[in-house]
Amino acid sequence: MIEVEHLTKNYGLVTAIRDVSFSVAAGQIVGFLGPNGAGKSTAMRILACFMPASSGTARVAGHDVFRESMEVRRRIGYLPESVPLYTDMRVAPYLDFVAEVKGVPRAERRRKVADVMDRCLVAEVQNRLIGKLSKGYRQRVGLAQAIVSDPEVLILDEPTIGLDPKQITEIRSLIKSLAGQHTVILSTHILPEVSILCDAVIIINKGAIVAQGPIEALVEQFFPTARVEVEIVGPPPAVRDRIRAIPGVLSVQDQAGTNGDGRYVVEAARGRDVRAEIFQMAAQQRWDLLELKRVGMTLEEVFIRVVAGEEAAAGEAGENPRS
Amino acid sequence: MRIWPIFKKELRLYFTSPVAWVVFTIFLLIGGYFFYSIFAFFTLASMQSAMNPAMGRDLNVTDSVMRPLFSNISVILLLLLPLVTMRLFAEERRSGTIELLLTYPVRDGAVLAGKYLSALALYAIMIGLTVLYPGIVMYFARLEWGPVLTGYLGLLLMGATFIAVGVFASSLTENQIVASITTFGVLLIFWILGWSADYAGGTTGKVLQFLSILEHNESFAKGVLDTKDILYYLNFTVLALFLTLRSLEARRWKG
Repeated sequence: MIEVEHLTKNYGLVTAIRDVSFSVAAGQIVGFLGPNGAGKSTAMRILACFMPASSGTARVAGHDVFRESMEVRRRIGYLPESVPLYTDMRVAPYLDFVAEVKGVPRAERRRKVADVMDRCLVAEVQNRLIGKLSKGYRQRVGLAQAIVSDPEVLILDEPTIGLDPKQITEIRSLIKSLAGQHTVILSTHILPEVSILCDAVIIINKGAIVAQGPIEALVEQFFPTARVEVEIVGPPPAVRDRIRAIPGVLSVQDQAGTNGDGRYVVEAARGRDVRAEIFQMAAQQRWDLLELKRVGMTLEEVFIRVVAGEEAAAGEAGENPRS
Repeated sequence: MRIWPIFKKELRLYFTSPVAWVVFTIFLLIGGYFFYSIFAFFTLASMQSAMNPAMGRDLNVTDSVMRPLFSNISVILLLLLPLVTMRLFAEERRSGTIELLLTYPVRDGAVLAGKYLSALALYAIMIGLTVLYPGIVMYFARLEWGPVLTGYLGLLLMGATFIAVGVFASSLTENQIVASITTFGVLLIFWILGWSADYAGGTTGKVLQFLSILEHNESFAKGVLDTKDILYYLNFTVLALFLTLRSLEARRWKG
């Protein structure tokens, strides 16, 4: 549905995105992930036909965003990060205006606007001025204007930013309900959001894609091991040797931030659960086993490894990539 | 071309925000004051000429009330219209709504046409309200409708030009004050060009006179329809709108 090839965008001397290529299949929800200023918004603005790329091509539903811009614009719904709305308009007339501009026939307009207001939970504020609405309502009105014409592709830039937890849940379930009939590409820097919503993820850092694919595949790619954390009271060298002796164990290390006070991280081959053996071993040695838990690798760790790895490689001081 | 929805939205925004109401109020207040003082002066002049018939021969209500009124109204327009047009693009750029507008399936030309026509419609309503003044004159005296109609046509054409310049200035900046001052400045320059025509003399004088935005309005109020004047305003308008379209497109290239 979306095909992007070698997309580059320069603002004067600054390169916002560099040689970005990816594709999104119809009906998928794809997360665009990256620290602030990584180039997410730039990529989305190009896809939404707001500005052209410096080089490379992008196609939506087979149409080039630059040469067949009108065809693309008919098929997309776009929500920019700042959620720009006409503050002097009321909600229902605003959505009616958007539907009309997007070419929804007059006969269906009233029904579609009413329908989209129900779906986005803004029906109760339909006669209020948009400028007087709370941030949460505004965000939902923004989402409503994106989906009012039932576009094939939705481009949502940070759709849940600045919302309270309850509103975030509501917006997420709304986006989730769009999957299947719509292709959604959404950007965020909130990692759990991607795990909850998306089928696949594209991680972008400093204008370039550093990892992409389905979430499980990425986790597997970056963490090919199963990890267990243990806390055992016993002489550390002996404990380490005993654990290392268990078949399948690849490495044993002190947990980060501790200095040999009995907490270890055990890496084993993927799919191998060594917890029972560690327990047996500790029981045999009559060491006290205080804690034993399997650590699931999350997207967050992939992200940190990918982005921090990039930064370390670039020899830069670590600014927290999650902030 | 989806001009209609844009036109409706812009006109609605003029009236849901206080802009239209404030502009109408100020315009009618000052216009009404001008009308009153011109009409009162004319009344005085007619009473004096009742005692002096020779003076009364040249007394003509259309010439002495409507012509100065039209010329005074054009001064108010010079001050007010830049404030009407300044928001059209600048506000959308400042608030970021242009990002959505320009990703909807409408061409730049349709956006421009919708915005331009909405300001023109607001202006037409505004000068439509002043029909009250010739109405009052007609109640007391015999008015020649020809020059009044051409006078209104002149106002409409001149206003169309002012609005086109204003739309262009608004498309250049995201600051509404900059847009309005630019519009006002450009219009004022074209306004005062004619003043130096007299002493410049020769070809230069003729050119200056021809460029003057005010000069071309005078024949309308006299009841003269000259293609030269009509073409001047139309050309000016088309040029300004063309430049606006270019400036909208340039934004896409610059990103």
